[in-house]
Amino acid sequence: MSQSLQDTVQQICRDHQNDRGRLMDIVTGVQAKFGYVNQQAIDLIAKSVNAPRVDVESVVSFYAFFSPTPKGKVTIRLCNDIIDRMHGSARSAQAFFDDLGIGFGETTADGMISLESVPCIGLSDQAPAALINDVPVTCLTSDSAHDIVAELKTHMDPQKLVKSFGDGKNSDPLIRSMVRNNIRQPGPIIFSPCVRGEAIKKALSISPAEVIRAIKTARLRGRGGAGFPTGIKWEFCRAAEGDRKYVLCNADEGEPGTFKDRVLLTERADRVFAGMTIAGYALGAEEGILYLRGEYAYLRTYLEDVLTKRRGDGLLGKDILGKKGFNFDIRIQMGAGAYICGEETSLISSCEGLRGDPKNRPPFPAQKGYLGYPSVVNNVETFCCVTKILELGPASFNEHGSAGSSGTKLLSIAGDCTTPGVFEVDFGITLGEVLKLAGAENAIAVQVGGPSGQLVSPKDYGRKICFDDLATGGSIMTFGPGRDVLKIAQCFMEFFIEESCGYCTPCRVGNVLLKERLEQIAAGRGQPSDLDYLQDLGETIKTTSRCGLGQTSPNPILSTLKNFREVYEKLVRPCEDGLLPTFDIHAAIGQAKRITGRESVVFK
Amino acid sequence: MAKPKVATTSLAGCFGCHMSLLDIDDRILKLVELVDFDKSPIDDIKKFTGRCAVGLIEGGCCNEENVHVLQDFRKHCDILVSVGDCATMGGIPAMRNTIPLAECLEEAYLNGPTVHNPSGRIPNDPEIPLLLDKVYPCHEVVKIDYHLPGCPPPADTIWQALTALLNNNPLDLPYELIKYD
Repeated sequence: MSQSLQDTVQQICRDHQNDRGRLMDIVTGVQAKFGYVNQQAIDLIAKSVNAPRVDVESVVSFYAFFSPTPKGKVTIRLCNDIIDRMHGSARSAQAFFDDLGIGFGETTADGMISLESVPCIGLSDQAPAALINDVPVTCLTSDSAHDIVAELKTHMDPQKLVKSFGDGKNSDPLIRSMVRNNIRQPGPIIFSPCVRGEAIKKALSISPAEVIRAIKTARLRGRGGAGFPTGIKWEFCRAAEGDRKYVLCNADEGEPGTFKDRVLLTERADRVFAGMTIAGYALGAEEGILYLRGEYAYLRTYLEDVLTKRRGDGLLGKDILGKKGFNFDIRIQMGAGAYICGEETSLISSCEGLRGDPKNRPPFPAQKGYLGYPSVVNNVETFCCVTKILELGPASFNEHGSAGSSGTKLLSIAGDCTTPGVFEVDFGITLGEVLKLAGAENAIAVQVGGPSGQLVSPKDYGRKICFDDLATGGSIMTFGPGRDVLKIAQCFMEFFIEESCGYCTPCRVGNVLLKERLEQIAAGRGQPSDLDYLQDLGETIKTTSRCGLGQTSPNPILSTLKNFREVYEKLVRPCEDGLLPTFDIHAAIGQAKRITGRESVVFK
Repeated sequence: MAKPKVATTSLAGCFGCHMSLLDIDDRILKLVELVDFDKSPIDDIKKFTGRCAVGLIEGGCCNEENVHVLQDFRKHCDILVSVGDCATMGGIPAMRNTIPLAECLEEAYLNGPTVHNPSGRIPNDPEIPLLLDKVYPCHEVVKIDYHLPGCPPPADTIWQALTALLNNNPLDLPYELIKYD
């Protein structure tokens, strides 16, 4: 490889001030330009940003969207989420296999098209879906998959596959996407109309401490799932010592089954940025970062444009709305296909240009976050709530919701239901009512909170969606009659195994052991003691992993063991003679039989 | 009353655990008073003569014969104990587990730098048991009641465990006997 590689890579590095903190952007740039980041490019980047080579290499190898080996000009990433599987993604996959003559992880011989299988891309309400480069294609069938390949072979331009646009801003000239918003139930807070700039004006008319007090009075809790009180987080960060402070918005919506942030960023981007700006004022921060998952890259140009317009209108930049000394601006940091980066300390690592490894806590991000400065990380929806609280006052926010959970919550509902989409509901609504809204009354099981949440059985449909009962970041997956509970758990375990960063042994190894044992049970080769094994191992993984991924990864098994125990019990049999049915001697000697050309004399 | 019977075997192990058992010194006289040995390399009895109270297993399973013997032990013993790291987790023999079997054989008999094999053939006598695709720890093949860690477990550990089991006492090993650093 040539002078041109060298020039281009060095130019990309210079565009980012040769700043090693911007490694994500640099590597994204090189990947986009060449279709891969080869060893020579890694050397060049390391030299330009003055970082050890291994730092660059670990970034390239960590993120799913980066590749050290050549990829096709076009990469088709077919979503392998459980919802997509239920809607027949296997048929689309087969069509791709047949027409391209390759399997997952492969590239066509002419180097034009690569095919990959990826976890949830935030389109469960229009599954099966795929990303073709940055372009989402939805509601796939085997027919449309055939058409896509045929068409791509003629023009190789994914954007041309978009024949009609989705509703709302999906038809904006800067988005031009076939994605549909599917806003089924707009509520009084998040989707209500609001006057642009009003919330910031109100915030700037009171002191930063009063802004935080308003957030606390509204009893706002984080919408990402964990539900930490936002006001307290801000107060910690404001009180923490640091020359600079940062506001980070977590738009790495990776929890399978969640897609509400996609809709918010499409339809309510101004409200998100306003919330971040208000946080900047409250904390004394001058910089904000929107961490946008790589799967939502199709929204980037539009979001950049919203930011530009806000700068033009005095809502971002120097002396915002005439308030002397209040300067705040926002940059967009692209992710690159790593679920773990939705965990706030991993997200910070990624923003710093590192592998998306979680950091130890304490110190918490509010004390020592991005680049070591006090930082606040909040969910997209949380910032929308902030804007509304400042605009209408905390009392109007408090009118909605339940005792411990004020306000409304966006739910992304998908699966076996008549109207998949986004629903804004008051906290405290029962799961049964939620199912009625989406037309999923006959569900035999509901996954609340994504794979890291729990699978709820019909006897618990009276439970409430709120932080004190069924907490969720928004993902609700519904499963109708005939769906196999253990298959669902298996699918989620595969997901966690794939997405584990590998740092903690219990998470890296334990989840594989859990899945293997689960498969044995599902195949009818389990014993009652295997259920205790799953329980013990699951709890060990939870208590000995350092971040949220490991701490929740056994939940698909632990929650099905709790809520669907009868399914397991029907499958296991005591092993009277002590010879384990999980050990298959014929499989174990299969290779040797082939190599030696002999049969076993012991095991016929 | 007849003495309880003990059986032992070495599967994919190095006999080190058996050596450690013999290392109980003069307590071996006490042991003989306490138990009779059934199938075991110690008395060279090849086939079980009856039901045994305790079976001690050294080594994991690397071939079909190991599996056969282990299953036979399970059928004849009330309590089975995995003795040592190979029985417990495959040990040194399990280092081949990441390499396909055919490659292992080729390296051992054809390609290895110290191989002298003018015939150029990989041994394939019908007497040789078929190798398993990988080395399995015993508890993945049959139900194992107790595991004694160590490479090998010290004589005192084996002695304490064995006498506790034979006397129906709880297997309560003090920390010094299962600490290896």
